[in-house]
Amino acid sequence: MTHSVPESVPRPAAAPRRKPGYRFNLVGIIGLSVLLFWAVIAVIAPWVIPYPVGEIVDYDALGPMTAKFWLGTDYLGRDILSRVLMGARYTVGISLASVTLACSLGVTLGMIAAVSGGWLDTLLSRFLDAMNSIPSKLFGLVVVAAVGSSLPVLVLTMAVIYVPGSFRFARALAVNINTMDFVTAARIRGERTPYLILSEILPNILGPVLADLGLRFVFTVLLLSGLSFLGLGVQPPYADWGAMVRENIGGLAFGAPAVIFPCVAIATLTISVNLLIDNLPQKIRDRSDA
Amino acid sequence: MSQLVEIRDLKVSAKTDAGRTVEIIKGVSFDIAPGEIVALIGESGSGKTTIALTLMGHCRPGCRISGGSVRVDGQDMVTLTERERAEVRGTKVAYVPQSAAAAFNPSATIMDQVIEVTRIHGLMPPEQARTLAVELFRALSLPNPDSIGERYPHQVSGGQLQRLSAAMALIGSPKVVIFDEPTTALDVTTQIEVLRAFKAVMRKGGIAGVYVSHDLAVVAQIADRIVVLRGGEVQESGSTDQILHRAGHPYTRQLLAAFEPVPRSPEEAARVTDLRPLLEVDKLVAGYGPIQADGLPLVRALKSVSLSVQRGRNLGIIGESGCGKSTLARAIAGILPRRGGNIIFDGRELSPDARQRSREELRTLQIVFQSADTALNPAKSVEDLLGRPLTFYHGLKGKARDQRVDQLLDMVHLPKTVRHRRATELSGGQKQRVNFARALAADPKLILCDEITSALDTVVAAAIIELLKELQRELGLSYLFISHDLSVVEAICDEILVMYAGEKIEQLTPATVGSPDNHPYSRLLFSSTPKLDPTWLDSLEQDPELVRAYCRR
Amino acid sequence: MKKQVLSLIGGRLAIALITLLIVSSAVFFATALLPGDTAAILLGQAATPEAVAGLRKAMHLDDPALLRYGRWLIGLFTGDFGASYANGRPILDLIGGRFINTLKLAGVTTLFAVPLALFLGITSAMLRGTLYDRVVTLCTIGLISIPEFMVATTAVLVFSVTLGWLPALAYANDVKSFGELLRVFAMPVITLTFVVSAQMIRMTRAAVVETLNTPYAEMALLKGASRPRIVLRHALPNALGPIANAMALSLSYLLGGVIIVETIFNYPGVAKLMVDAVATRDLPLIQTCAMIFCLGFLILTTLADIVAILANPRLR
Repeated sequence: MTHSVPESVPRPAAAPRRKPGYRFNLVGIIGLSVLLFWAVIAVIAPWVIPYPVGEIVDYDALGPMTAKFWLGTDYLGRDILSRVLMGARYTVGISLASVTLACSLGVTLGMIAAVSGGWLDTLLSRFLDAMNSIPSKLFGLVVVAAVGSSLPVLVLTMAVIYVPGSFRFARALAVNINTMDFVTAARIRGERTPYLILSEILPNILGPVLADLGLRFVFTVLLLSGLSFLGLGVQPPYADWGAMVRENIGGLAFGAPAVIFPCVAIATLTISVNLLIDNLPQKIRDRSDA
Repeated sequence: MSQLVEIRDLKVSAKTDAGRTVEIIKGVSFDIAPGEIVALIGESGSGKTTIALTLMGHCRPGCRISGGSVRVDGQDMVTLTERERAEVRGTKVAYVPQSAAAAFNPSATIMDQVIEVTRIHGLMPPEQARTLAVELFRALSLPNPDSIGERYPHQVSGGQLQRLSAAMALIGSPKVVIFDEPTTALDVTTQIEVLRAFKAVMRKGGIAGVYVSHDLAVVAQIADRIVVLRGGEVQESGSTDQILHRAGHPYTRQLLAAFEPVPRSPEEAARVTDLRPLLEVDKLVAGYGPIQADGLPLVRALKSVSLSVQRGRNLGIIGESGCGKSTLARAIAGILPRRGGNIIFDGRELSPDARQRSREELRTLQIVFQSADTALNPAKSVEDLLGRPLTFYHGLKGKARDQRVDQLLDMVHLPKTVRHRRATELSGGQKQRVNFARALAADPKLILCDEITSALDTVVAAAIIELLKELQRELGLSYLFISHDLSVVEAICDEILVMYAGEKIEQLTPATVGSPDNHPYSRLLFSSTPKLDPTWLDSLEQDPELVRAYCRR
Repeated sequence: MKKQVLSLIGGRLAIALITLLIVSSAVFFATALLPGDTAAILLGQAATPEAVAGLRKAMHLDDPALLRYGRWLIGLFTGDFGASYANGRPILDLIGGRFINTLKLAGVTTLFAVPLALFLGITSAMLRGTLYDRVVTLCTIGLISIPEFMVATTAVLVFSVTLGWLPALAYANDVKSFGELLRVFAMPVITLTFVVSAQMIRMTRAAVVETLNTPYAEMALLKGASRPRIVLRHALPNALGPIANAMALSLSYLLGGVIIVETIFNYPGVAKLMVDAVATRDLPLIQTCAMIFCLGFLILTTLADIVAILANPRLR
């Protein structure tokens, strides 16, 4: 008997098919609505903000919530509401871009590794597992230290950070599917690897893979905010939510709205995605892994 | 009334994935007298296990008792509180699970788990419980009764675990024991020993039982009365003798008829004139694990097996689990590349690995897997499943492909309406038909059938066998038919090959099965297959030497 | 059976070594080979090309990358971490005391987080579906969904601003009494405990729930066992491996948290040192700090795997 190390291998979900009565529950709907809200804001922000983001509109820095400035003002006297709405563009946009990149690459490599097996699988798994053992924030720090921070660097760095995890997740799912008789049947029909991946494996792992993408989106938002908070993420004059917390940290001692609302924005986004995933109609096993 | 168990108008409802509530048990009533063994028989989904578990007031997650009463020794299990039910469990009603291997906690010793009931209910001091357990081990004819309890579950064989789980049930001296398909996962030669042990202890203790099974022949050996279930309703109930010989309900008769398969007539096989062999397998060696210095794999599942299949004729491979019969199919199909020997198919040598075979070779040699659940991609419609080989091998597209899909569905007796459904939405029998139609789509010459009926209910399986025969008459195919079930192989095969531990024991015809000239192992295997006759088990005599030599009990 | 366990653990350790090698090369090449001439940066904009070339030579920057990597690797193993670019001091001296500080922080956090997480995780699995379980689950989801700096700022808002129990920002440089030590440690430890135990609770609960869904747990129920007995006697012994695994894995989240927490509370640990080094582009210092963190991460994940191997009852 040889037993490998038990890992939290996700189970493939049953047929991803919409059936009558296939509904989101209440918590799921709330999560979805908040997520959609931020997505829409990210798109339309420039047209709905009450004041230009860079303009100093009030001489009272770190001001309270007033009728004129709904969410108060920041350390320079700029309108927080406008900056939070515009910040959605950076936080949501950058995170979405890099998580999409990471997951497409990770899932594709994972399926190839699972279907091919042999040395290619061993090589990819070893290498990416090793990459996985560099803490994500640390990797960000090192890269930013070496090349400086810009939007493309941020997107690529965070994509590289989450490829190994996505690879590992997709590979585990694909390995399970790969042992199923229908893949064997296709293989001895004479089908080639691209067909096996696209037609036999992918449709059966799509549900969990999308849920995983959601989870990884949350990790990316957290990482981006963390890096920005350390001053290594989005650089002035632009500001995502993490950078806004950093700018206004001086107001923390007296609980200025300028510190609180960017935090609230991050929390609503990430919590809503997590709630959505936990309440997906399809039963997808939740997993906690970075 | 002096009945021990009285079930009246029992209803159980379940919540489906879509959130609807459906009634899965629709008003079932029956009684069990003290010391009487009642069998619940029916196919999967008939609700037999669900009913049995209500005797303990237990429902699987998602289900609940929605009506009726289950009185056990005067107490209604439906109305008791969870705490009161816990007091009944293990003391009045006990449970023997289908898979003892999964029902034993892997991290505790067997003894601790067997006597746990006495600890929970404070029945006796641990020392006394251990002595009683060893007595039970002895009564269940377990080997090394004094020391077997010190082992962990994974160190004991499946047949022994099954008997140990019976000891676990009996330790609290229950009035009723529920047996939930306790021998289904076992080999026939192992099953006999387990059945005998169960029967002996139940008789001796005068304990009543509920025996849940899909196998009439097994039930006939142990039950006093049989309740036939279908779709959550009682179809018929009566004494074992009554059900076996004077069945009134058409469904019961169908169940019984499935036990009398119609063998393939010799004339049918004789119609074939081309007598060149279609498949010749010579000294095939295959296995798993790393390759050793001698070029052979570490675990040799097949040790030099030779066979040949004639055109239009069928060869059956029979043997118990682990004898290498499935490995044989996988090696022939090229899924598991062979490590020695030769395979000649249709006059040409096949390369060991399917990836090196030509598309034509792959097309003419098809394989159908045991479980249609895993053999059909759940994300695809029936149309796509059948259409892909048509496009792949024959280049069919559009209308021509649609027509051929319809033809194939017709050939396996499925309505055209299923073509847009997914495999997951079909019944077990329908799925297996689609599975088979996919092999037919390639227009093969030989189909390897790997246990294709063993996951199906008896009646459904019998229909599939009839379908296979019919298609053979029309298409002139050959089958290599792998099964652990002698009656299935007898029904369809012209010749039968018996395998044991990776080797061919002998090859014989259905007519000579059971003759005294058979190889000793074949005799043991054939005699172990349960018969509908209720006296079969008690009158069966097997050579203990032979049993010791061939059985891993 | 014993031999099998040893060979499995041996295999796991070998993998850890290979991983360490890959990680070290990743850290080295990411910092050393990316654009930007270190010598030019060090000397500033006024430097003459000759001076830059001279420094390059002195720092062996013109040697092949592989040679420099080899030299650096040997240095790591012999305890020679090189000198800081920024102030020329040996890195060992810079890190020494701060490393102890970070270990203290991590140790105290572990002491709080593990028992808390075990208790909440196991009890919420035991009371699955109850109000208690839902509250715990909702809180953990909330905690893992928000960035560490937000946990920190919230903790400051609650404990310093609203309640006024603790100072908002503490400096560990001049700790004189035990009371002060407590006050210095309190906020970072509270923050990290929240961050780490949320993960632990979630994974512990999942591990116990999984074993509660097994046939042997159902069998125990059908023997008449009470719910606590099923959990304590049947589920827990089999969930021990996954739980220990979860503990080790969650503790590796400490590393990410520590970077933020040390920065926000100005705590003199390795992470703060590294963040400062990033600001000055002090590459040798960054490399060494990065390797310390990677090593810590690797030790924890390897430990998690070894625990899982040891806890497998079939290998006993």
